[in-house]
Amino acid sequence: MRPQFTVSELLKILKSKNASSVEITKHYLDTIKRLDDKIASFITVCESRALKAASLADDKISQGEFSGLLGIPYAAKDNLCTKGITTTCGSKMLENFIPPYNATVIEKLSGSVLLGKLNMDEFGMGSSTENSYFKTTKNPHNLSCVAGGSSGGAAAAVAAGLVPFALASDTGGSVRQPASFCGCVGVKPTYGRVSRSGLISYASSLDQIGVIANNVSDAALVLKNISGQDAKDSTTVSKDFAFEIKGNIKGMKIGIPQEYFKGEICDEIKEKVIKSVRTLESLGAKVEQCTVANAKKILSAYYIIACAEASSNLARYDGIKYGFRADGEKIEDIYTKTRTDGFGNEAKRRIMLGSYVLSAGFKDEYYKKACNVRNLVTECFDKCFEKYDALITPTTTQTAFKCSENKSSSQMYMLDFCTVSANLAGLPAISIPCGLDVDRMPIGLQIITNRFNEQTMFDLAYALQQELKLNIKPEIIGDV
Amino acid sequence: MDYQTVVGLEIHAELLTNSKIFCSCSTTFGREANTQVCPVCMGMPGSLPTLNKKAVELAVKAGLALNCTISDNLSFDRKNYFYPDLPKAYQISQFNNPLCKDGYIKIDYNGKPKKIGIADIHIEEDAGKLVHAENGQTLIDYNRCGVGLIEIVTKPDINFAEEAKLVFEEIKDILECLKISDCKMQEGSLRCDVNVSVMPLGTQTLGERTEIKNLNSFGAVARAIKNESQRQIEVIKSGQKVIRQTRKWDDLTGKNTLLRNKENSDDYRFFPEPDLPTIKIGKSFIDNIKESIIELPRDKKVRFMKDYLLSEFDAHLISRDLNVSNWFEKAVSYGADVKRISSFIVTDIRRLMKEKKLEKIPFEPEKLVKLVSMINDGVISLTASKQIIEIMFESTDAPEIIAKKNNLIQVSDENELDLIAQVVLNENKEAVDDYKKGKEKAILYLTGQVMKKTRGSANPIVINKLLREKLSN
Repeated sequence: MRPQFTVSELLKILKSKNASSVEITKHYLDTIKRLDDKIASFITVCESRALKAASLADDKISQGEFSGLLGIPYAAKDNLCTKGITTTCGSKMLENFIPPYNATVIEKLSGSVLLGKLNMDEFGMGSSTENSYFKTTKNPHNLSCVAGGSSGGAAAAVAAGLVPFALASDTGGSVRQPASFCGCVGVKPTYGRVSRSGLISYASSLDQIGVIANNVSDAALVLKNISGQDAKDSTTVSKDFAFEIKGNIKGMKIGIPQEYFKGEICDEIKEKVIKSVRTLESLGAKVEQCTVANAKKILSAYYIIACAEASSNLARYDGIKYGFRADGEKIEDIYTKTRTDGFGNEAKRRIMLGSYVLSAGFKDEYYKKACNVRNLVTECFDKCFEKYDALITPTTTQTAFKCSENKSSSQMYMLDFCTVSANLAGLPAISIPCGLDVDRMPIGLQIITNRFNEQTMFDLAYALQQELKLNIKPEIIGDV
Repeated sequence: MDYQTVVGLEIHAELLTNSKIFCSCSTTFGREANTQVCPVCMGMPGSLPTLNKKAVELAVKAGLALNCTISDNLSFDRKNYFYPDLPKAYQISQFNNPLCKDGYIKIDYNGKPKKIGIADIHIEEDAGKLVHAENGQTLIDYNRCGVGLIEIVTKPDINFAEEAKLVFEEIKDILECLKISDCKMQEGSLRCDVNVSVMPLGTQTLGERTEIKNLNSFGAVARAIKNESQRQIEVIKSGQKVIRQTRKWDDLTGKNTLLRNKENSDDYRFFPEPDLPTIKIGKSFIDNIKESIIELPRDKKVRFMKDYLLSEFDAHLISRDLNVSNWFEKAVSYGADVKRISSFIVTDIRRLMKEKKLEKIPFEPEKLVKLVSMINDGVISLTASKQIIEIMFESTDAPEIIAKKNNLIQVSDENELDLIAQVVLNENKEAVDDYKKGKEKAILYLTGQVMKKTRGSANPIVINKLLREKLSN
């Protein structure tokens, strides 16, 4: 078998009965066995479950049933609850946590074949998976580099051909940034498009489940299959869209926000993104420079809001009901020891930061101010979309860096510079590869559109993908 | 110096919904521990709350009944604190924008009407329950966790312990009559904390307040307030200052003890609940609820006093219970003697209901109407009627059947009584002589003797008349 397949290719193979779901599943399980020692993208591989699910799918297929992504293997970030399968959230706190329920997205893909659970920064807090309690995922393009984060496992697994696609979550760029680092397509849909039920919360008003895939049409196809209003998540909205990519972008108006082409962004990335924008212009899009809002202030507001919500969302991990518990004499001792030993440094840092910005006397100064900034940012973007169909920015400030770099927290936070505004404003955004840097590491381009206008986002992304015809397969796939 | 007590109440009432407020678990009380739980009310990772509409309806109903302004938007906040009975380590509550605001309740204290302000009513979820096992372990029952609550916060408009009790009772009556809460204090579905302060009489500035918890009955509310205001006055008189504290009432010792100081006031780090979007509350939603609000107990009381000329005491007791007041009005609708009906209800019937722990009167109002007419027609005596009522609580027989079966029919027939009267006169020569000498009291003794011989079934008025006739011959 060829090492990398797109979802649509696999669907064709299944339909034409050229291979069964079991055969396809075995191929991926073998690839995982062969490569994941080096890449470290999986926390859990569920081989026997996967084979059972695949054979169940084959039964259905033999009875003529073809719906959704039946029989297609995939993997999920380890913060998506999977019934009967350990869901760790990358944390010691949930090392042995086995949810008695499935996340809605997992239910929606119940005909597909779950291969396993993917590595991540603890509770989604990080940009490199270095904050995972278990391991650091390596970038398939260069094993000495990080895969990005927090969904580094998902991006690396897709890039290395270990899975045809992965489900992940994006709170401030956690889908788009690792997709960009690994040369994949990563989409974060509109807030409310996909149910968060069963997604272990990091920052509830920002979290959204997204897709990492090999190409734009796969990402759109998977998104179509996981989206929709859900009675279990009151923040979901009933808004349909066709998910039929036309790729006709003639006359589309594209805004280029100046704030994302300044000193913070490395020159190579700026150049490649601008070049891609020119390509879109040549395809008939109208491009204009524009301004949104002070990007540094947006980043500060993002971290205040995300940490505030996280401090509350992570308070439930107290050792009383499930997960890790440290023993203690009094209840206060159990709380303190459990949380001291159970959380990693980044989680603790954000919990403390979040508790601080919400506490009496500081709430107005920090949390409320951040909420005001959020409202302003949202207004700015709303105004932009009165004028433009889409905005284009780089996805990241730099390409994948070395695992050993030991970046400071604030350097790490800067990596979210381009991505957080889409979360604050609840907008859909996609990262697609637009070239390689001098070290042959992938560069990502981000397209942001108006709420529930994923159609335009996919059309533009598709047009660009087709025009660029990049071949950025990592070498590791070929070295067998 | 004299002091004025100032009291505000915080009343928690569990909403009378079949399912919990953010999940579909049952709210039934008293089930085996942790059998009415799900990932949502257990705060499991990834679970999300979804709002029970019925809970909102009931809370709006409470707001309308307590004359509040209903907010245009429904939004929730998280109240963050660690406690083992709170599985998410935050309670979904309302802080920035309570559902109902600025209402009032009317009470009649010492015969005078008074308005007590309602600061706000907000919705929140209940916590679980800690169970302290005999072996020293503490267990947690999450069955109650996530049951919908309203917290009603009054303004500090209350000045007397008995007045506070009355406000609490009045609110309870309203919640119960509108089926907002079943208000069972012994099951914890109705709870009350009080905020107490004192200030020199005639001044306006409120003193430092304390909060008293663990009040398990209406009486305890009054006792605790009396005790706490006395304690505060003594503190002030001894030259010290009242400190902001939470204190715990012990109804057995009649004293309260310090639970915790509030100087470093609890910081709950409230912020908007991101998992529940803000919901617009439409006018038609409120209007529909408005229409469903039936006559409130106090309005009913005033009407009973006006329409049926009941005393305030009787009117109050009858109007506070919807079952009883409906029953009363049905009885009255048959044109019965209102005074007798109401007096039976407030005395014998209420006593028997309490003794037998009944929520409803176990027989039809027609039967009491019949009983009253039997008294008024002289068929039975008042004494006998009380025996009959007791039997009516047990038997399905009609009152006249009960009277017959138990020989309680009053004998008014002079021919029937004539012989017995003659026998009594013959047997009591002394009393007859006394009477003839002008001792009027002797006739009462003789009447009593006839009653004795007839085992109470004789009509005393007829006997009295009969005896006088015989003695004057």
